[in-house]
Amino acid sequence: MRAKLMAGLLSTVAALTLAGAAMADDKVVKIGALSDQSSLYADVGGPGSTLAAQMAAEDSGLIAKGWKIEVISGDHQNKPDIGSNIARQWLDIDKVDVIVDVPNSGVALAVNNIVKEKNAVYLNSGAASSDLTNAQCSPNTVHWTYDTYMLAHGTGGALVKAGGDTWYFLTADYAFGAALERDTTAVINASGGRVVGGVKHPLNTSDFSSFLLQAQASKAKIIGLANAGGDTTNSIKQASEFGIVAGGQKLAALLLFISDVHALGLNVAQGLNFTETFYWDTNDQTRAFAKRFSERMKNKQMPTMVHAGVYAALVHYFKTLDQMGGNSRDGAKIVEKMKSMPTDDPLFGKGEIQPNGRAIHPAYLFEVKKPSESKGPWDYYKLVATIPADQAFTPLADSKCALLKK
Amino acid sequence: MDINLQALFAQLLVGLINGSFYALLSLGLAVIFGMLNIINFAHGALYMMGAFCAYFLLNVLGIGYWYALIIAPIVVGLFGILLERTMLQWLSGLDHLYGLLLTFGLGLIIQGVFQNYFGSSGLPYAIPEELRGGINLGFMFLPVYRGWVVVFSLAVCLLTWFLIERTQLGAYLRAATENPTLVRAFGINVPRMITLTYGLGVGLAALAGVLSAPINQVRPLMGADLIIVVFAVVVIGGMGSIMGSIITGFALGIIEGLTKYFYPEASNTVVFVLMVLVLLIKPAGLTGRTA
Repeated sequence: MRAKLMAGLLSTVAALTLAGAAMADDKVVKIGALSDQSSLYADVGGPGSTLAAQMAAEDSGLIAKGWKIEVISGDHQNKPDIGSNIARQWLDIDKVDVIVDVPNSGVALAVNNIVKEKNAVYLNSGAASSDLTNAQCSPNTVHWTYDTYMLAHGTGGALVKAGGDTWYFLTADYAFGAALERDTTAVINASGGRVVGGVKHPLNTSDFSSFLLQAQASKAKIIGLANAGGDTTNSIKQASEFGIVAGGQKLAALLLFISDVHALGLNVAQGLNFTETFYWDTNDQTRAFAKRFSERMKNKQMPTMVHAGVYAALVHYFKTLDQMGGNSRDGAKIVEKMKSMPTDDPLFGKGEIQPNGRAIHPAYLFEVKKPSESKGPWDYYKLVATIPADQAFTPLADSKCALLKK
Repeated sequence: MDINLQALFAQLLVGLINGSFYALLSLGLAVIFGMLNIINFAHGALYMMGAFCAYFLLNVLGIGYWYALIIAPIVVGLFGILLERTMLQWLSGLDHLYGLLLTFGLGLIIQGVFQNYFGSSGLPYAIPEELRGGINLGFMFLPVYRGWVVVFSLAVCLLTWFLIERTQLGAYLRAATENPTLVRAFGINVPRMITLTYGLGVGLAALAGVLSAPINQVRPLMGADLIIVVFAVVVIGGMGSIMGSIITGFALGIIEGLTKYFYPEASNTVVFVLMVLVLLIKPAGLTGRTA
């Protein structure tokens, strides 16, 4: 009995000491990479995002300073309810401090609310919906890499300027597709173009021929693909099969990743115009990162802009923690500090995080090379234009974010 | 709603093309279920292996599409035979659920292994030189390759039906499923026939995989996306019915095509709505045998 009591007392004392240590000088960080690990967005985010998070932790220099950083991963299967459950479990039970990646805008918006409720940190890189820093912005969220506003203005604006003034949309039937179509339509209307119609297709469709035939019959000059990942590659491949491009219509892949171009092959993908914020072959730093990354990937894939975004956002997060001298576990406070410091990382260069949570950095309009222009595997992009950081994303004056009204 | 006849015809034709894949896959399932009483949930993964086999033949060994049409089904069929010999044969006589769970697990493992090494975006496979381009039919532009898929898969389906329902070998097979002991008494090696039948069913899946490689990306998940629909096709057509699954395969492709024209958002669910209706009205399926 006495022994039991002693043991109980001892463990209480031990627990108290540990808790005290955690409060005074907490140098433990747990990162949860929540992504689609096994379906159409798995090459865009997925295991690559977990690796990017690990690399960010290793490169941060914090481990040498006595920090403990752990990275775990989860598969949200593109279902908002599953994603929400994982996020809740991570934040409540597993003591995760920061959730990264989260492609699929439907899941991303659900997780956004949970992270805010639990006052953790949310560094989104994978989702596209501009709502994350607009109507649904949160003091705990930073949105890196890209969003539907940027895609719409980068690609949509450039194509209308080049004479593509009538559009027909092929839209993925969920939050992301709707947001991308909405933002692109706004750009088209503002620049004097017209949307003649559109069709919504279910997420993860393998056969697009019916939708493409409807697009063909619409006689629109541009067929806008407001979808992503496997849906986009299938649309493009089948469009070439049905002679749509040969018939004079042009495809606008509003969101295209390097993994998609790789899957399509240059023969099919050549000539496509699209907007991205990261390409591995931009400068020495991006090349060095991409080489290290690809060597550690099972399928030797080059990093997508989403992977780069996970890395860069975490680099900035670790810098902030280092400045604060410990992990305060107060998500909103950490994000506020992140916003107050200018961002500077090897992949996106110099930038800043706006008060609504939008990280701004330059965006690039690319064109896919012809097979004859490519010097080897993964040599796919030609730079057409650079869009400066302050023009690439939603102007603060137009943002409906409640955080801006303070 | 004003109906654009051109677009409608086009959708019907597209539906027929998709129907070819449904028919080929559900045929393989029906053959396996009819002869082995196994609900082969690994079918999607084996279909995917067929496509990957074609990809490797082309990119590693330089062997083109036409040879792949023959080699891939044989290679994957042999793999199927290996599965049957080492695992499935021990489940004969047990409840269907065992076979279902085993093949479902096998399917997930195969798919997981491919995904681990090849990611999920897939690999490109070009349409063979001879079948490129298209014909303008007036109401639509028909890619030659898709036309070829319809004709070829229809031929394969009918050939399989003939083999099983109209030949001596088919008669043995059907007899062996009715009463294996009696057929063995006539000196026929029933286990070997069962193994070869499984190989045939798997080979059909692989053949569908090769056919689909130039249309879809060669992706580890290509089978998982399709297999559920194909199972619905088999259920609607009647488990184990050869002609039933061929006809239902093509018919459902067309119905799906029509849905894509009239109400695209429902195109992923229409097959299952039909399945529910058929199960309510005719639980054995449209052409199925009642137990």
